[in-house]
Amino acid sequence: MLNCKESTRLISQAQDRSLSLTEQTALVAHVLICAGCRRYRDQMNFLRTVLRRHPAYPDTKTDSDRTP
Amino acid sequence: MMPAPDKLAALHSHLLRFARLQLRDDALAEDVVQDTLLAAMNGLNAFSGEAALKTWVFSILKNKLVDVLRTRDRSVNVSALAGEEESFDAVFDTLFKANGHWAEGKQPAKWGDPEEAIEQQQFWLVFEACLNCLPANTGRVFMMREFLDLDIDAICRELCISASNCYVILHRARHQLRGCLEKNWFGPGDLPC
Repeated sequence: MLNCKESTRLISQAQDRSLSLTEQTALVAHVLICAGCRRYRDQMNFLRTVLRRHPAYPDTKTDSDRTP
Repeated sequence: MMPAPDKLAALHSHLLRFARLQLRDDALAEDVVQDTLLAAMNGLNAFSGEAALKTWVFSILKNKLVDVLRTRDRSVNVSALAGEEESFDAVFDTLFKANGHWAEGKQPAKWGDPEEAIEQQQFWLVFEACLNCLPANTGRVFMMREFLDLDIDAICRELCISASNCYVILHRARHQLRGCLEKNWFGPGDLPC
């Protein structure tokens, strides 16, 4: 059984490597019952989205009209 | 249609922004971008794919940034990274009880509508301030991963660090960024660091 501290590590690592099936299952189970880690996961995913849509990021579609 | 050199010139400020964010050194960023534009000019004849000009120029810039980061990191000592790690661990540990579960009141707060935030210009200013608040070496690894799209193997090779070390650094960076946004965008804070 994962605790929250371990869970936050796996949530981050999921963005950098494929988790093993055991890790995935443990994480899904933990997040299901832990609201704090659920938020942590959603917020980490949000960070990734933000970075991909950052105005300085080259693949962003709106390169000329977003200049904060 | 703009001639190719004009198109390159039009990319200048975007290239510069991208480089600055990663190098945190305006003069160096300007050098790398000029170098990139020069290389692009010289390669223009060989380049034919009209629509992908920007992608192509950015790929040149990315390669140059990796080179710069690589040479710079040779001079970064491991103890600097270790120091950043220790100070992070000290704070990180206070978030959890002895059994590893969230301590009272330390759980991530509920955020308003994150999608809505992205639409606001002010949000990007806070976000960039938060990026710049990351400790230098942590930030560098994070930018290599997220902005240069390098995978863990490549980062480890470039910086001579282990994969597990790399995961820890990236987690630390995301964690701090998350906390910074929570405090300064989704919460009441007004100072980025």
